[in-house]
Amino acid sequence: MMEIMEGSHAVAEAVKRCRPEVVSAYPITPQTHIVERLAEFVADGEMESDYLTVDSEFSALSACVGASAAGSRVYSSTSSQGLILMAEVCFNASGMRLPIVMSIANRALGAPLSIWNDQQDSIALRDSGWFQLYAEDVQELVDYHFLSFRVAEDHNILLPAFVCFDGFILSHTYEPVDIPDQEEVDAYLPPFNPYQKLDATDPISMGMYATPDYYMEFRYELDRAMERASRAIKDAGQAFGEQFGRSYGSLVEEYRMDDADTALVALGSICGTVKDAVDEMRDAGRKVGLLKLRSFRPFPKEEVAKALDGVSQVAVLEKNISPGSAMKGAVGLEVKDALWKTGIDVYSYVIGLGGRDVRKKDIAAVVDLAERGRGDMFYGLREELI
Amino acid sequence: MVDTSLELFGCGHRACGGCGPALAARLILKGAGENSIVAASTGCMEVFSTPYPETAWQVPWIHSLFENASAVASGIEASLKRQGRSEHVLCICGDGATFDIGMLCISGAFERGHDITYICYDNEAYMNTGVQRSGATPYDASTTTSPAGKESFGNKRPKKDMPQILVAHGAPYVATASVAYPNDLMQKVERAVNTPGPCYLQIHAPCSTGWGFEGGKTMEIGKLAIQTGLWVNFEMVDGEIAKAKKVVRKPVDEYLMAQKRFRHLFKPARNEEEIAKIQAIADANAAKYGIDIKPKE
Repeated sequence: MMEIMEGSHAVAEAVKRCRPEVVSAYPITPQTHIVERLAEFVADGEMESDYLTVDSEFSALSACVGASAAGSRVYSSTSSQGLILMAEVCFNASGMRLPIVMSIANRALGAPLSIWNDQQDSIALRDSGWFQLYAEDVQELVDYHFLSFRVAEDHNILLPAFVCFDGFILSHTYEPVDIPDQEEVDAYLPPFNPYQKLDATDPISMGMYATPDYYMEFRYELDRAMERASRAIKDAGQAFGEQFGRSYGSLVEEYRMDDADTALVALGSICGTVKDAVDEMRDAGRKVGLLKLRSFRPFPKEEVAKALDGVSQVAVLEKNISPGSAMKGAVGLEVKDALWKTGIDVYSYVIGLGGRDVRKKDIAAVVDLAERGRGDMFYGLREELI
Repeated sequence: MVDTSLELFGCGHRACGGCGPALAARLILKGAGENSIVAASTGCMEVFSTPYPETAWQVPWIHSLFENASAVASGIEASLKRQGRSEHVLCICGDGATFDIGMLCISGAFERGHDITYICYDNEAYMNTGVQRSGATPYDASTTTSPAGKESFGNKRPKKDMPQILVAHGAPYVATASVAYPNDLMQKVERAVNTPGPCYLQIHAPCSTGWGFEGGKTMEIGKLAIQTGLWVNFEMVDGEIAKAKKVVRKPVDEYLMAQKRFRHLFKPARNEEEIAKIQAIADANAAKYGIDIKPKE
């Protein structure tokens, strides 16, 4: 049934239906409405979870590590500085192959302090061994939670997951959304079946130390699991579509890409604006399309190459900046790699950092720049401040 | 009752000869029993006991990071509660992980009131990385980052009073123990794991390598710490001192002279002023915990 609901509250409804046994989180804007609502569910007996109100994001994710290792489904949520404070634990959780799911309300990193949206936080943890999905709207955001738990806990995967969504733009926006019934979610997401756990009747050691004779193979296995995750996300997305009518059977979504000469590539909520901008440009006779990436890790290289085959130039919208990188944005490098030796020009545009608004006319201007061969640059700077 | 025949910490680990922490681990598990789960911090014990693919731990054991064992234990405890399981949850961490880098997580876990037992094996410096000072390093001890020199007598500050910090958190049971008094240690572990709520136990665990004494003298050094009043074995129940080991105190010189880390206080000449300051620390300990047995005239 469709309801009008704030994005954060929709996430909380989704998480409740995933039945995590332990929730551990620390408040940070713009993630707070999720954890407040979950606390209300627990306080009202609507959710049978232990809710740990911890001393920091670092402890929040550390407690998730312990609870997951002891055999429970666990959930957390954070944003920005909180995620960066968790960084050490993020690498550790994936190293121990603990299938924790965490919602990331994407927000800029200080200094200077900014509570507003970009995707620097989760992009900065690109190499932490968590798969990363990016939601365009509240419906995808809700659905990705069910999908992520299912994929993360798959014994062939055993990877933790970020469900990324743009802070404020999705977290504080009311949208019509379908929250599936508990029975439907239960049918899609079986109870947590830990691959192994801390148990006094069957003792194991977890998180041991590895000499150079052993370390590399652990990282190799982690990378292999990430490769397998591509297939697993698509399968879980397709199964989701068969049950719920909303299919996520691909890691990318093409929008008006047929015969496109210029393709925009983006992650997250900006794709909504881009679709409108593409419609206007199409109406004006310009051959422009959008390739939306649902997943940044694993990076859908083959799907990107296939979808962009035949275009002349690609404009990648980057809500992140990698200072010192020639392309400036982290996503563009991956797209360029996917198109290596094709002769297709790939440009990055750093845009909308720290919550700066991105409008349809900005998208059109980026397309103009790409078609004139100008890119790998910031877009939308206030020249008078520089 | 503690089953002293129980061996849950296997031999074959890589600790130095005479390692106080290795002995502590063995005694802790005797006191805690088989129905236990251990969360460890990064440090000597973690490294010498779990070189993949071998492990000395015959109870479930997890090491996540240096500073988060108490938070990891919080999650384990919450999970067990949801599952209706009954294992004891212990942290076993070094003094660096406890006094310094892990303070935030410990404070949070104790404030939340988890049913966990946090045990610090206190060898009074960062031994795994090569004997650097920590908040647990005693006054004037020479370490690699607090070396004695022409302008230095070693570590400039006295040991942080960690047990009192946990008492201030309202911990129902806070105690200290020493590997040199094994029965007392095992009994305290048993009491801690069977006390509901967050309990803290700090174990004096002499490090022959870091302190500079022969590995065969671990027990002797441990006893001297108690006998001089530089370490007090006590129990605090609900914030009140319930028990403290009484001794006929010896001068601190006997403890200091037996270790290389204090050698600079005696060579080239005896440093009366500094030794008097250390004696004053022992005197204050004795007064605070009432440990003095007056010798008969």
